[in-house]
Amino acid sequence: MSDAVICVRDLVVGFGAHTVLDGLSLEVEAGEILGLVGGSGSGKSVLLRTIIGLLPKRRGSIEVLGTDLDRAGEAQARAVERRWGVLFQQGALFSSLTAMENVEFPMREYLGLSDRLRREVARAKLEMVGLTAVDGAKLPAELSGGMTKRVALARALALDPEIVFLDEPTSGLDPIAAGDFDALIRTLQQTLGLTVFMVTHDLESLHTVADRIAVLADGKVVADGPIAAMLASEHPWVKRYFRGRRAQLLAERLAQAPS
Amino acid sequence: MILEPLLNGRVVNDRLVLAAGGAWTAANARQLERLIEGARASEAGALSLDLREVRALDTYGAWLVERLVRDWQARNLDAEITGLPERYRTLLGGIHTANREALPAPSRESPLVSAVAGLGRRVAGAGHGLVPFLNMLGALGTVTTRALARPYTFRFTSFVHHLDRVGLQAVPIILLITFLIGGIIAQQGIFHFRKFGADVYVVDLVGILVLREIGVLIVAIMVAGRSGSSYTAELGSMKMREEIDALHTMGRDPVEVLILPRVLALVIALPLLTFLGSMAALYGGCLVAWLYGGMAPETFIVRLKEAISLTHFKVGMIKAPFMALVIGIVACAEGLRVKGSAESLGLQTTTSVVKSIFLVIVLDGMFAMFFASIDM
Repeated sequence: MSDAVICVRDLVVGFGAHTVLDGLSLEVEAGEILGLVGGSGSGKSVLLRTIIGLLPKRRGSIEVLGTDLDRAGEAQARAVERRWGVLFQQGALFSSLTAMENVEFPMREYLGLSDRLRREVARAKLEMVGLTAVDGAKLPAELSGGMTKRVALARALALDPEIVFLDEPTSGLDPIAAGDFDALIRTLQQTLGLTVFMVTHDLESLHTVADRIAVLADGKVVADGPIAAMLASEHPWVKRYFRGRRAQLLAERLAQAPS
Repeated sequence: MILEPLLNGRVVNDRLVLAAGGAWTAANARQLERLIEGARASEAGALSLDLREVRALDTYGAWLVERLVRDWQARNLDAEITGLPERYRTLLGGIHTANREALPAPSRESPLVSAVAGLGRRVAGAGHGLVPFLNMLGALGTVTTRALARPYTFRFTSFVHHLDRVGLQAVPIILLITFLIGGIIAQQGIFHFRKFGADVYVVDLVGILVLREIGVLIVAIMVAGRSGSSYTAELGSMKMREEIDALHTMGRDPVEVLILPRVLALVIALPLLTFLGSMAALYGGCLVAWLYGGMAPETFIVRLKEAISLTHFKVGMIKAPFMALVIGIVACAEGLRVKGSAESLGLQTTTSVVKSIFLVIVLDGMFAMFFASIDM
């Protein structure tokens, strides 16, 4: 048995007559950053939401950190949920709590720390994602898009999870902010030893941070491997995605400016 | 993997030598903090912290290590970390720079002063609550005039949709409630009037009370709770998702597109509901008078004809559209005042219902004075 922390086998998910994921299998190794790509409506977010248990599946099995959440008891499932963090596409911050309180929320719920330690760690987390104490006192409505994502990431990391799920972490950010966010994900992954499962559309993110890329099409993973394998793939959709006009431009730019 | 966190200490030559072990992680953070606080109490002149035996370290453990070291350094004493496993070096390095800036001091105000200041602000701002209300009334007036001049701009489909929601769909619950209220008034009337042998006057009581006051008031309160709140919540969530701003940028006035059809639907629906409600209340009263008071329905109807006149009916019906206007305007104005958070949506919805019920009752009182002075 490999050290896969997420192991999806033969997964079928659908709504009514429409089957979104059809016999999908995917493994994520410990400590890697997996980028999941696919066309709009191909079921990337559906896969993510199914793995974290927000959507029901029709068939197949999902094991996260060695536990099958269907067979696990309530307490066991909760224990596994504490070991992952989720960054939702829109941030999903609690709108009536400040940024800092949002980060403190999971700690308050699970750890029973002293007020002082909770505040200190929450502040350290905010600083790790590049925010100051002044930002921490703001309400989500007062934060910019990039800051919202950062706070949401800090909240996802609040309990020092082993896996983080990122749903389009760089969508809606300007290229500079998106680049910073990519660097941040990479740094945090190295610092905290995270496994990152990232749904994204951002070619640049895929080039710079993803260790491995899985391509979702027709309800299955049609290609899987590092960026070089994607560039060599002959699957028509993969070819268009990674060797289309925008991808070409990006490849040229990355070649000119080696980081 | 749950390993008990450990921190063993001994003092060698005025140097506190601590050996840490076990899992220094979030799950053990509470215990760890106690251990760290225990070590802090030491009076030793220097600190060595050996992390060789630490099996797991996360942000919580790293921060507590950092806190202990900073504590020693703050006292200008020597502090060193030894045996740090290579894999935790970046984490400890990252946490080393955290929380360096002093927190901005929260402004401290005595609770008494802030309570008094809050009261003062509320009193001074009491009149301001009326401003959005008057603004909305003005905007609605403008839009109505425009719609009269160019009737094709009026959103007829939207109007019919809202008429169905606040009118037709409200009928069953309104009928039920007013029927019960009518019955209760009749029962109380019969019970007390019987002592004077005046049971027959219960018909006057039910008839006049229902037609002039209770019918319209109960219906207006029901509508404020049922439809006013939903208007506020709808417009509020539209505001939160920037739908209102989107309308603005397309050159459409939200008052014209969203608010006029809603308010007009209320103004049409409320008199109709009042009529139905009053009839249901009279029916309930008649039924109770018959079953509980033994008064034949024929007697009730004959007596009702003598007791009431068209005037009583008119008094009730005239009030209905004005109450609808108040409810609609308050609901929509509060909806547009919703800010970004879910809490604000709840707050404005509550405010909308409370304010519109209050204003409906105030309006009813003013109408009572007005009708009394013109002998109606």
